[in-house]
Amino acid sequence: MGPAAAARFRALPQDARTLLAPLVETTWRFYLAAALLGAITLWGVVAYVLQFRFGLGRTGLNQPEYWGIYIIDFVFFIGISHAGTLISAILRISKAEWRRSITRSAEFITVLVIGFGAIQPIIDLGRPDRLLNVFTNAQLRSPLLWDVISIGLYFAASTIYLYLPMLPDLAIIRDAGIKAPRFYRFLAAGYGDTPDQRARLERVIGVLAIVVIPIAVSVHTVIGWIFAMTLRPMWHSTIFGPYFVMGAIYSGIAALLIAMVVLRRVYGLHDYFRPIHFDYMGRLLLLFSLLWFYFTVAEYLTAFYGAEPAEMRTFWAKVWGPFAVPFWTMVLCCFVVPLGLMWRKATRTPRGTLVASVAVVIGMWLERFNIVVPTSVNPRFEFEAAARYFPSWVELSILAATFSGFILLYMVATKFFPIISIWEMREGREASVREVSERVAGYLPPEPAAAD
Amino acid sequence: MPRWGMVIDLDRCTGCAACEVACKSENNVATASPDQAAMGRAISWMKVMTEVHGEFPDNRLRFVPRPCMHCDNPPCVKVCPVAATYISPEGIVGQIYPRCIGCRYCANACPYTVKYFNWYEPTWPASERAHLNPDVSVRPKGVIEKCTFCHHRLQKAREDARAEGRELRESDYQPACAEVCPTQAIVFGDLDNVRHRVNELRHDPRAMRLMEDLGTAPKVYYLTPRQ
Repeated sequence: MGPAAAARFRALPQDARTLLAPLVETTWRFYLAAALLGAITLWGVVAYVLQFRFGLGRTGLNQPEYWGIYIIDFVFFIGISHAGTLISAILRISKAEWRRSITRSAEFITVLVIGFGAIQPIIDLGRPDRLLNVFTNAQLRSPLLWDVISIGLYFAASTIYLYLPMLPDLAIIRDAGIKAPRFYRFLAAGYGDTPDQRARLERVIGVLAIVVIPIAVSVHTVIGWIFAMTLRPMWHSTIFGPYFVMGAIYSGIAALLIAMVVLRRVYGLHDYFRPIHFDYMGRLLLLFSLLWFYFTVAEYLTAFYGAEPAEMRTFWAKVWGPFAVPFWTMVLCCFVVPLGLMWRKATRTPRGTLVASVAVVIGMWLERFNIVVPTSVNPRFEFEAAARYFPSWVELSILAATFSGFILLYMVATKFFPIISIWEMREGREASVREVSERVAGYLPPEPAAAD
Repeated sequence: MPRWGMVIDLDRCTGCAACEVACKSENNVATASPDQAAMGRAISWMKVMTEVHGEFPDNRLRFVPRPCMHCDNPPCVKVCPVAATYISPEGIVGQIYPRCIGCRYCANACPYTVKYFNWYEPTWPASERAHLNPDVSVRPKGVIEKCTFCHHRLQKAREDARAEGRELRESDYQPACAEVCPTQAIVFGDLDNVRHRVNELRHDPRAMRLMEDLGTAPKVYYLTPRQ
């Protein structure tokens, strides 16, 4: 940043200065973390090149364990992507005023993670070179095709839903002239923040927030259906659609909370991510831990009570057999820990929500594992010898690279875009306080006339 | 139109696995190395399953040869995103190797676990490499393969019958496993043709199909053991 730009930066109002600081100054810690994450990501790329060259034999997969880490990651990361758009859309529609500092960071999670999720089934393909067959020979009967459509739609919708509410901020950066003027002039697309433009923008955001909800719900429903449409024991279940959506939002909230804690710390955003935000998000997490428990009991009790032999083989493999450790760790991480921490206000603090959220993210990854693997190794045809699955170093490297690649991309994004919406904070200060008191007044019967 | 199917008499099966061997050499099935086989990656379109009854030393073995069931309502065909697995008008479920993208959804959807994946480029011992069957395409790495009822033999039998100006006879088209079975436990033919033995045998009181309750309507029948 040159001295002229530095002077312009200092002239900005307080909110903008705090929120744009990450765009203009970068610490050595950032470069160190980026280098480390970049190295892990590159390592994963090397692993994939080997797999591409020699074949899927480089994984630990076998017959009948056809799907492993990649499909688990596919379900998991697309689930994480439900954080943003869905939470932000629901909070916007319900006029939850505390959303203002949260929505942007949530929407960024969605847009940046969805690619890492969508690439997993491609990594899992035996013939990635024939990927375009999915379009040239599309067979709409296949749930995989439904997925291609809904994920494509979701990616498009959530990218627009991230970009449009960012326009006024991009215009602020352009006008301040603190960084890469051409880049921001292009992105701001001539937005001038006139009252007319602002009104139109808010109308479009309102429509998008509604449109994006059914799309987001459809995405994880269809992913659940990939499994549920087969006749496999413990997959062939009507609960899978809603169960996957619920789990996706659950892991998404947890990922968002982790991001909030980290952003607050590294960029000193304590005034924006306030204890009240963690309290409210913690309540959401609490609600979803209870929902998770309800759905899980419904699923397992139905299978257990019906007691079909094929279902029971998978059931016992999870509850008491070779998968008991991942199963009960999942219950601990998805239910016991978040419930224990989130039901008390005293632990709905940044630190408490961080612990609960890390547990939920681990637990939800394990849940995807517990869905994919135990059913795979217990085929319906009972003559088949019991199979085993040990992920190879190639699979584990790609798993690590997916996590590091996403975090790296998110970090880099915070260097180019304000991770908290500047204009929405300003709007909150200038207009919403008054609007909310007027709205509350509107809920009440008119004030009685002065005592007569 | 014929509806090709198979009846396997479990009373006659001795578990010799000649069907497995004949299938592998007829269909150019790759040879898995011992460590790959130990990982569960050996390919066997026809597989003799073994069930052990009783406690030692009073054991009894039961053998169940398991080819593809060639379901009339195949779950694998429905889920394929690129229509690489299909059912022919005569009921044979096949795989288009050059189109398959290797997602393995069909393999997961099959309740009988009959679909195999090429984890690596297929390999053969040098002595076998020279004797591959020219009528059957060799699969590349990364695609699914499966039992086809040796449908290349049907093509050849049809051409022969047409050249000789006659109808296709039951004996003209037999898959390798049925042809080689020393006890004639495997009988193959047109399930709907009253002159074919399979038609008679599938109405036998001992006849049953695997997991009939799933509604997949397999075209492979088993005659259950008498005792």
